[in-house]
Amino acid sequence: MRPDAVFDAGALAVRVFAVAVLGFLVLPILVIVPLSFTAGVELVYPVPGFSLRWYDDFLTRPEWLLSIENSLIVGIGTAILSTALGTLAALGLSRLPPRLGALLSGLMILPMVVPVVIIGVACFFFYAWLGIVGSYAGLILAHTTMAIPFVLIAVRSALAGLSPDYARAAAGLGAPPHRVFVRVTVPLLMPGILSGALFGFAVSFDDVVVAMFLSGPQQITLPRQMFNGVRENISPTILAAATIMVVFSLLLMSATNALAARSRRMRAA
Amino acid sequence: MPTTRVAFGAEPASVPSSFSPPGSRSLLGWAGGGTAGALGLTLPAILLILVGLVAPIGLFLVRSVANPEIATGLPRTVAVLGDWDGTGMPPEAAFSALGEDLRVAAGSGRLGEIARRLNFVSPGYRTLVMRTGTRLAAGGTGAAASPRDLVALDARWGEPVTWARIRQESGSLTGAYYLAALDLRREPDGRIGVVEEANRLFLSLFARTLLISLSVTVLCLAIGYPVAYVIASAPARWTPLLLTLILVPFWTSTLVRSTAWIVLLQGEGLINRTLRWLGLIEGSLPLFANRFAVLVAMTHVLLPYMILPLYGVMKGVPPDLVRAASNLGADPWRAFRRVYVPQTLPGIAAGTLLVFILALGYYVTPALVGGASDQMVSYFIALYTNQSLNWGLASALGTILLVLTGLLYAAFGRFGSLRSVT
Repeated sequence: MRPDAVFDAGALAVRVFAVAVLGFLVLPILVIVPLSFTAGVELVYPVPGFSLRWYDDFLTRPEWLLSIENSLIVGIGTAILSTALGTLAALGLSRLPPRLGALLSGLMILPMVVPVVIIGVACFFFYAWLGIVGSYAGLILAHTTMAIPFVLIAVRSALAGLSPDYARAAAGLGAPPHRVFVRVTVPLLMPGILSGALFGFAVSFDDVVVAMFLSGPQQITLPRQMFNGVRENISPTILAAATIMVVFSLLLMSATNALAARSRRMRAA
Repeated sequence: MPTTRVAFGAEPASVPSSFSPPGSRSLLGWAGGGTAGALGLTLPAILLILVGLVAPIGLFLVRSVANPEIATGLPRTVAVLGDWDGTGMPPEAAFSALGEDLRVAAGSGRLGEIARRLNFVSPGYRTLVMRTGTRLAAGGTGAAASPRDLVALDARWGEPVTWARIRQESGSLTGAYYLAALDLRREPDGRIGVVEEANRLFLSLFARTLLISLSVTVLCLAIGYPVAYVIASAPARWTPLLLTLILVPFWTSTLVRSTAWIVLLQGEGLINRTLRWLGLIEGSLPLFANRFAVLVAMTHVLLPYMILPLYGVMKGVPPDLVRAASNLGADPWRAFRRVYVPQTLPGIAAGTLLVFILALGYYVTPALVGGASDQMVSYFIALYTNQSLNWGLASALGTILLVLTGLLYAAFGRFGSLRSVT
């Protein structure tokens, strides 16, 4: 065989392997979805019949409803706070001398690399001393520190792709600087800011470990409630919760992608 | 102000100065006051991170060496034992001081704290302290305790080693938690010794944590490299679909993905049922609550973190060089290995270190799919915080984990920045 033919066969094998790996990545997530619609009690294929009984169960049990409410409160609080602070910080960093900027952005990226258990335990002790363990404030504070790096990265990449021409044109037409900022710069940055907010929400919505240490019985979030359930016994209700979380994550992902596409278009325009 | 940087590296604005006075406002309209104004914008985020995370971690580090329980709980005893040389029996004054201290502690409700602390020194000391303290308090005569009184309550008060241990742990700082976290301890005579084999736990825990993290990293690289290559070299119309297949698991929460693996792997899980239905096996394969499950699920969870940075780098590798090498006579495999792979090294470095750092601190996945002997350092940090209430040991373990992560992060910073990943 010619070496090229060997290589072609190799290339085909690599492609087949890649498809198999993509299956490995996606199928385990897809496999739980039909099971959450089962009419039976067991988690088996073929599914004995489809029903919404487990979703009904999920949406009528007070502990699950409370956990959804808590996740929304903490997630939205985290998204708002981290977006506000992260956006301001990104604007500030872009105008700092490079060394100082690198130092401060290093500090703000820190929460990304600290193991999450350490964040949980450390915050537990310190927040207990502040008296905010078992409160929304404590959870939102911890989640916000974890979310700021993501907002920062999203807004900084939006800033990096921002052409100064529009602002220059607005200024040339006589707009005072604050108006240039509010009417031109902020709208151009908006896709980056909004995807930062989505990242902020996602960070909070994903967290089990920090919530384990900081939430009292009244602040149990959806992932935390699900974690408790998974440790005991995986019921179809848990899989209904999991499916809802998957759908939610997909919505967040699509929104982020749409925002990225929009900012590419705005840049190309 | 000359230090003000024009944002975005664009050429300085040619805008009339009446609209944009240099230095007072940037062209894009925010932040007066140059560097100070820019600093002001970063301040809220910095303050929040300092209060919300840096201060807590600082306190956490302090807790790993803090030792207030004995120094403040048994002040009289500590004062007397300070003058004792630690050999033979302590002076009689130590007994009356301890009797007084324990009586006071029992009255103020601090006895349990002292008992718990001394139990870390030697198992069984909890009952020693609790029993002695409650009986002394119940006796209630207020008379100074004599050596005979204490020995009558518990014979261990007659042993020099008990007193030597209390003396050793009477400082306001201690290295005992770090020693314990490394399977070491201080002997009563002051030497540092290794704990009995049956009680050794932590060196193997760190070794296991490193081994699992390394295995997952190697698996992710071995699996992720070809996949990233296929995506990067696929026709452009396929790219969005292929990337979506990576991003869906990336966005799906770790908890959901670990749950899915339980459904698949457990004894009566989907894989075992399917294999049985196909007639390939009779009973159940041991796929769950073991190392296999941990490796499979963690590789699944972390694989996107390897593929995305690899893809990012591979997308930028020009195909011309490999083609040139082939035209110059290198066989395809050689051209790939010698020309293509070296150009993807930044992606390999970024993906490898990112996966390794994330794996080191993992909690949820091993806790859900692993067995008792597959738990990693994070699990024990949570355990000692929530259940055993040995906060010093939890902090020492956490500090060691943090230092390991920090060292890797420093290495990470040398090869590529986090931003190349996201």
